[in-house]
Amino acid sequence: MKSDLSLNPLPGVLDESERAEFLLNVAGLVARLNNGVRIVDDISFSIKQGETFALLGESGCGKSMTALSLMRLLPDGIRVASGDIKLDEEDILALPEYAMRKVRGGQMAMIFQEPGLSLNPVMTVGDQIAEALKLHQKLRAEEIRPRCVELLEQVGISDAPRRANEYPFQLSGGMKQRVMIAMALAGQPKMLIADEPTTALDVTIQAQVLKLLRDTQQKTGMALLLITHDLGVVAQMAHQVGVMYAGQIIEQAPREQLFTRPAHPYTQKLFAALPDAGRSGQPLAAIPGNVPPLGASLSACRFAPRCDKAWSLCHDQAPEWTQLENGQGVRCHLYTAQMGSEKSNLKVSLSPEPSTASGEAAEEVGRDSSLLQVENLQVHFPIHKGILQRTVGHVKAVDGVSMNIPAGRTLALVGESGCGKTTVGKALLQLITPTAGSVRFAGHELIGISTRQLRKQRAGMQMIFQDPYASLNPKMRVAEILQEGMDALSIANNSDERQRRIDELLEQVGLEKASKWRYPHEFSGGQRQRIAIARVLAVNPNLLICDEPTSALDVSVQAQILNLLKSLQQQLGLSYLFISHNLAVVEYLAHEVYVMYLGRIVERGTVEEVLHAPKHPYTQALLSAVPRIDGQGMKTVRLAGETPSPSNPPQGCHFHTRCAHAMTECREVYPRETIITATHRVHCHLAAE
Amino acid sequence: MPVLLWTDAMIFLLLATVVAAALWIRKRPHLVLPWQRVAKGSVGMVSLLLLSLFVLVGLLDTMHYRAALPEKSNGQTVYSAEVLSVFDALAKGIKSRSEKTYSAPLSAYLYAKESMETSDGKILRDYPRLRYGGIHLADPQHELLGDVLKRTVIGALAGLLIAVLLIAVSNVLLHFFLKVRTVGSSTVPEINKDNWIATFTNAMKIKPCRALLITALLLAMLLGVTVNLAAVYHVMGTDKVGQDVLYLALKSIRTGLVIGTVTTLVMLPFALLLGIAAGYLRGWVDDVIQYLYTVLSSIPSVLLIAAAVLMMQVYIEMHPEWFDTSAARADLRLLFLCLILGVTSWTGLCRLLRGETLKLREMEYIQAAQAFGVSSSRILTRHIVPNVMHIVLIAVVMDFSSLVLAEAVLSYVGVGVDPSTMSFGTLINSARLEMGREPMVWWTLAAAFGFMLVLVLAANLFADAVRDAFDPRLNRTEAVA
Repeated sequence: MKSDLSLNPLPGVLDESERAEFLLNVAGLVARLNNGVRIVDDISFSIKQGETFALLGESGCGKSMTALSLMRLLPDGIRVASGDIKLDEEDILALPEYAMRKVRGGQMAMIFQEPGLSLNPVMTVGDQIAEALKLHQKLRAEEIRPRCVELLEQVGISDAPRRANEYPFQLSGGMKQRVMIAMALAGQPKMLIADEPTTALDVTIQAQVLKLLRDTQQKTGMALLLITHDLGVVAQMAHQVGVMYAGQIIEQAPREQLFTRPAHPYTQKLFAALPDAGRSGQPLAAIPGNVPPLGASLSACRFAPRCDKAWSLCHDQAPEWTQLENGQGVRCHLYTAQMGSEKSNLKVSLSPEPSTASGEAAEEVGRDSSLLQVENLQVHFPIHKGILQRTVGHVKAVDGVSMNIPAGRTLALVGESGCGKTTVGKALLQLITPTAGSVRFAGHELIGISTRQLRKQRAGMQMIFQDPYASLNPKMRVAEILQEGMDALSIANNSDERQRRIDELLEQVGLEKASKWRYPHEFSGGQRQRIAIARVLAVNPNLLICDEPTSALDVSVQAQILNLLKSLQQQLGLSYLFISHNLAVVEYLAHEVYVMYLGRIVERGTVEEVLHAPKHPYTQALLSAVPRIDGQGMKTVRLAGETPSPSNPPQGCHFHTRCAHAMTECREVYPRETIITATHRVHCHLAAE
Repeated sequence: MPVLLWTDAMIFLLLATVVAAALWIRKRPHLVLPWQRVAKGSVGMVSLLLLSLFVLVGLLDTMHYRAALPEKSNGQTVYSAEVLSVFDALAKGIKSRSEKTYSAPLSAYLYAKESMETSDGKILRDYPRLRYGGIHLADPQHELLGDVLKRTVIGALAGLLIAVLLIAVSNVLLHFFLKVRTVGSSTVPEINKDNWIATFTNAMKIKPCRALLITALLLAMLLGVTVNLAAVYHVMGTDKVGQDVLYLALKSIRTGLVIGTVTTLVMLPFALLLGIAAGYLRGWVDDVIQYLYTVLSSIPSVLLIAAAVLMMQVYIEMHPEWFDTSAARADLRLLFLCLILGVTSWTGLCRLLRGETLKLREMEYIQAAQAFGVSSSRILTRHIVPNVMHIVLIAVVMDFSSLVLAEAVLSYVGVGVDPSTMSFGTLINSARLEMGREPMVWWTLAAAFGFMLVLVLAANLFADAVRDAFDPRLNRTEAVA
């Protein structure tokens, strides 16, 4: 990765005379809703050939709308009100629609977030690429097919001639995104717009796709506009970064400067809100509040209500764009002329003070008392085929998982999508009936008991779901939602007591009491997740199963929820089973980590052991695939290919098909458990030697 | 003596449900929101106005009674065997003015030539004068056109005048209503508290209000013209036995409404219960219900309905002692038709609800409820039913118009309502034989066609407006802003 950067030296500060060498110039772009609300407000930036410009921002800040304005593909009801977009000195906004069609795909191409939705399911991928070729390249009919195959090979799809005749449903998510990139490259565009190209993909696949984008950029010298919310991706990819907030670019800087010296308070906070191991003892610096709604007042700084450096001027007057001496641009009153003396704010220590031992002391309590014991849990789903629906096989979603969660501790279950980690969570709660195994919760066996006996145990173990938009019934008020569990499990005696308890719970999760008479749609994502947490706390559980509770949330809100979970653990002595694919969050929150691959635990141990001294090649690959904000991962281990299907796992070690160290033994025998230390165990032949 | 027929009871029950639902929704802001969206569309509101006129006629026609006969037997009041409705009483004029046979709209003569004896004893074969239509004219051939025009203009002006007066009065009422409301909450600053004209001009700035006003004025003029002409003419001619077609068409409205709404009432429990049970419980319950509706929907529905109606007809005829009036018998037949239509038409909605429930049962809030150990019946009523209600509502409004049309088709085939019940189907059926005549008897068909078109079109447009208002995809931008 470092070599990529050296090939594309970062541009320094540029004069006005040098503007001409920019491929894309956007000046004062404003996009409005029909009712006058500014979705994109006065955006200006420029991209050089061969350069990557990253637009970074939280959801709803207008970054996708900026991209769509460039392509002139804004949805109905939103239009470009003013501004200037020049691609190669050509005024995009002045072009008639028929000329614009040549620009789209021919000069500027775009790839989208969800590869599954951007390919037509009833056309072969070859035909879909050919469609783009026919439009933008003057090729003879017989040249098209070979060119398609060539493009597919270029984006790293093996066996390209066969793949060209396949339909999108036969391809995996990562391959679909590669096909999308091939389609975008078909017109040989000068610029590629990538709108969250890896958000829907697993980390190992994300690393592959990002590498592909970088390699392609080097070969073709095209400019890349990368839209993302992930600081790690920005750190790996970008040369220039624009940080967006509520429709405006609030800070713009070369990558290295931005990461070493973020100027705007919002950017500083974003970095501080990122969880990692260094902060595991202390709360994260969460940004209070939420992203402002569209159409908020234009007279003040948009970040002022959430900014701890705000003073009266910030609430009265919108800050102007200020160019700092080092080439960094920022939209903040701290840097305007009258506040020149406040330069000290520029310095923000990125590495916080090492964690204090205060957290550790609490952790020692009750380490031995085991709350949940799982032995050899199996969940197999039958595959039915034929007219009589006979069972022809099983999807082994969970295949012999054992774990042990002590009271007051957090156990993290990590793995890529489809590895069965969510199924484990649901099987523990008996939402899915396990095929075999034993789940002992607080001394009671849960498998095989009657519904009535199970109901008695229900209160002890509860689940927080991934999507706060799907986990609250939109037709019920908050009070009704909170009351449901209490009703079902007869927690409180009378309605007065229940109402008191509801008030108490809302306070506990940081919501106002008045919000209990409102409906879920009136809350933001983070607030909804708080309601979901209050709902499970209502029944006084001992163990919470958190199924990716922050993956649907923005970074700044994620920090709020993580802080809440952490403080609840300290106050109430809760245990967590934390299911996640986000290793940074795991590092911050967990005590123990279990790594799961194709339904089995491949490595387990304490956080330090697993995340800092991983023994299993899969854990190593997972860790190195995570983009780090300091731009450097561990020793790079790239994983080829994708997770095999759990209905037909490979012989021997499940991981050998993707493992760089695979030996003959790996192909034949599933490795036994190797004990490294008292807590660290791994299933790998390498470690056994 | 008031008479409560079976379908009357059903309609009143339905009306009570609607009122109760409206009161229930009023208190819940997320349910009021889509209806406010409906109120913002002018097409929806205009069609609602038209629909409510139809409903008004239908409701008037639903309040039945038996008139007391003037003579008493043994001191007890004797009631007439004929069951009348409030609407019959209001339209007594056109109901009682029966001609001998066909006559064209706004004509003073019969449609067929007859031999007449003139005063000097000669036999003359000519079109005879009508008994009632245009009787006030001395020389219809010369005076008819002028008289019709004069009555049209006077009727239109009178209608307009009454409408303007009514609107002014209701505006004043609205003004006071708003005043009372704003004194309480003072959240509506734009209402001028002192000037009711300002209330009016403010209301006129809203587009649906303007559209409603224009429609209301046009309708008032049309009503005025019709009432004024109907006093002395047969506005839509007469049928074979000389009954006024306008009266028949207006009476048909109730039948159409009953078929459209009572059928839904019958169908809903089937569709809702079976659909949700199949989707939520899966397994053998799902298999049985799917099998049931697949079989039911693969039998030709007209055949099924015809068989059921014929069986029911025989059954009713074997028990004449059950009915004290012929109206009661015709009504029971109408009710059974609704039942049969309802039993055969639940499959479509059931399939929709099963699909939606399959989607909903995987939602995380359902799983959260399961994790609390909430019972299945409670999950169904608290979580699933409220979240499929929008589909039910849309399906019900959409089905209404197709059911009105289905009744017309069935009556045309001869398995519909009792021949003594007036309905659009029987109107069309009676017009069918006369289409071949020269000159053609077109007015019966035209009347049925016109009324049905307006009713079904209004219902469809209203359904469209409701569907758009409830469609989350169309309203997403609004939600964001």
